[in-house]
Amino acid sequence: MVTSKYMPLDGANAVSQAMRQINPNVVAAYPITPQTAVVQNFSEYVADGIVDTEFVPVESEHAAMSACIGASAAGARVMTATAANGLALMWEMLYIAAGMRLPIVLTVVNRALSSPLNIHCDHSDSMGARDAGWLHFYAETGQEAYDNTIKAIKIAEHADVLLPVMSCQDGFITGHGVERVGLLPDEAVKEFVGGYDPKYALLDTDHPVTMGAWDFTDYYFEHKRQQSEVLNSCLPIVEAVSKEYEQLSGRDQAILDCYGMDDADVAIVVLSSQAGTTRSVVRELRAKGVKAGVVKPRLFRPFPATQLVDAIKNCKAVAVMDRAISFGAMGGCGPLFLDLTSALFNLGVQLPVVNYIYGLGGRDTMPSDIASAFADLQEIAATGTRGELVRYLGLRD
Amino acid sequence: MAERIRINLREIIKPEERLAPGHRLCAGCAEPTVVRQIMHAIDEPVVVATATGCLEVSTTVYPYTSWNVPWIHSAFENASTTIAGVEAAYKALKRTGKIPADQDIKFLAFGGDGASYDIGFQFISGVLERGHKVVYICLNNEAYMNTGIQRSSATPLGAHTTTSPAGEVIQGKTQWRKPFTRIMAAHDIPYVAQASPHNYRDLMTKVKKAVAADGPAVLNVLAPCPRGWRHESDQTMAIAKLAADTCYWPLYEIEDGYKVTVNYKPREKRPVADWLRAQGRFRHLFRPANAGLLEEIQSRVDFEWERLLKDEANS
Ligand SMILES: Cc1ncc(C[n+]2csc(CCOP(=O)(O)OP(=O)(O)O)c2C)c(N)n1
Repeated sequence: MVTSKYMPLDGANAVSQAMRQINPNVVAAYPITPQTAVVQNFSEYVADGIVDTEFVPVESEHAAMSACIGASAAGARVMTATAANGLALMWEMLYIAAGMRLPIVLTVVNRALSSPLNIHCDHSDSMGARDAGWLHFYAETGQEAYDNTIKAIKIAEHADVLLPVMSCQDGFITGHGVERVGLLPDEAVKEFVGGYDPKYALLDTDHPVTMGAWDFTDYYFEHKRQQSEVLNSCLPIVEAVSKEYEQLSGRDQAILDCYGMDDADVAIVVLSSQAGTTRSVVRELRAKGVKAGVVKPRLFRPFPATQLVDAIKNCKAVAVMDRAISFGAMGGCGPLFLDLTSALFNLGVQLPVVNYIYGLGGRDTMPSDIASAFADLQEIAATGTRGELVRYLGLRD
Repeated sequence: MAERIRINLREIIKPEERLAPGHRLCAGCAEPTVVRQIMHAIDEPVVVATATGCLEVSTTVYPYTSWNVPWIHSAFENASTTIAGVEAAYKALKRTGKIPADQDIKFLAFGGDGASYDIGFQFISGVLERGHKVVYICLNNEAYMNTGIQRSSATPLGAHTTTSPAGEVIQGKTQWRKPFTRIMAAHDIPYVAQASPHNYRDLMTKVKKAVAADGPAVLNVLAPCPRGWRHESDQTMAIAKLAADTCYWPLYEIEDGYKVTVNYKPREKRPVADWLRAQGRFRHLFRPANAGLLEEIQSRVDFEWERLLKDEANS
């Protein structure tokens, strides 16, 4: 284990510090609130000669991902960052990056998608891209955003993965919130991520390769099956890299961050910063004798189905909190709920689960909101009646 | 360019074929001819990006490829930015010593007129403004051929395409073409040229200038399409020559955004009707009722030619 140096940093700054330490070959990015600070900070490192990176200040996010794809295929280590509409504009290229098996690392500082225009946090942006073939990390804190960024490079570039990784944190809440963040020594990060020597690279002109060929009915299906297989089977690699990073940093990196789950009767499953509020409510409830718990998946893709089901299977009632709506899905539920309930069904576990949609467009979710959700869960546990499937927290009726 | 570039066919036709035969482009398609002329004119190793379109789908049918050079396709609109990403990686890897400092690689992007004039327009503009050292080549067959001959902003007035059909009321495309070459030059980049494969010496000279330029370069190359233009497949080069002889497609270059050189001035400027008549896509223009349209096309061509000569004289 190495000693981290702790300093006050906002989440965006924490990520740009990680990028500085990773020292990628190419960064192509375009500004959008609340991600802008990442690009600005990084431009300063470039201007001051602190990194060796070729920074490409593109004219759109679609161009950002296009340039990242070219650079990654060329054999470079590549990073970028975006949010909301920027991620939406990249959409076409997200699938292409994954289909071409290019290990690009993208920071998403989560922000609501238009319309109406809103710059504040929810997960509609990255959740909309959940089927694009990327790995998705969600960070609760600036510290986790920093840690996930470094792990993401090593996972993405692993010879048995070679897939792009999206590393998400909550816009403004963690993105602009200053916290105590521990940075590993520069050398330790450099050694941890190592060098990148791809087997195929466009710049290896002595060994020409054709990338992005036209794939007909006779091969496309097999290629997509292979791609799916890689994403679905890379969890052990994610776990191994996380373990290695945990030993290096001394910070917990488990795929699931569980609190109170050993004996929980009622539990909430929630991503990102809201897990912090939830944990504090759990602590209060436990002091009052309520067996409450919270599960925060750090990884959403590939979906840690077995682990999640194992964590909650002995509960009497569970709530899944979603900061996005899967429009038109059953009851207008959210994506985390959809995945988790299908995991429960397919692993043969029956228990009452409700969905809370919360925090859209940056709406605050207060401890009292979480407490009311736990009260609902206690009632469901006591009566055995699930009631309304999809509910809303902090919404004016 | 101080040094005169001489195109010696025997030197240029190298045994190494960078685009192998056996691809699936149509008989008579100008695109592979243009691509081979371009790559034969470059001595250095190249990396190529290609936009979605005829060239891409016909040369890389998995598991086959016609490309003996590193090649990438990512999407329709962004071949320019994709190759700019490759060039950025090249600079970065040279900086870290992974690529030797003395290695010289040239970066090419090919896109159709749809990819260049329309959907990829902003991307190209961004690449030029940022000064990536790449050569962007528009293979200009004046319509979206890969998807079945739809109009683009390179399609000329009066041309029949499947989305600008000649009907009872409307006589083909109702707009003139976008002045793409001039807009590219307006980025004040080192080198922009218009060329045609029938004049391979001119085209290859321009390629040599483009790759030698200290910054981005754009080539807009006419690429007749027998399917879309409705001409016999053995007439491709003759049609291309007619475009230059009628001054419909002047061969010229613009250096540093202002220095205009007209590389070919026909001794006798032929009427544009000669060029139009050779192609089925303009057949309806020769109905008596459309005489006005013919005149309008001729006057557009005349205006642009005169303006070009004036620009040359003034620069
Ligand atoms: C974003 C997007 N829109 C539309 C298409 C469909 N498409 C593929 S190729 C093409 C036309 C290509 O025309 P052009 O660029 O002129 O090249 P050509 O095939 O004529 O050489 C179109 C419309 C696509 N692949 N991607």
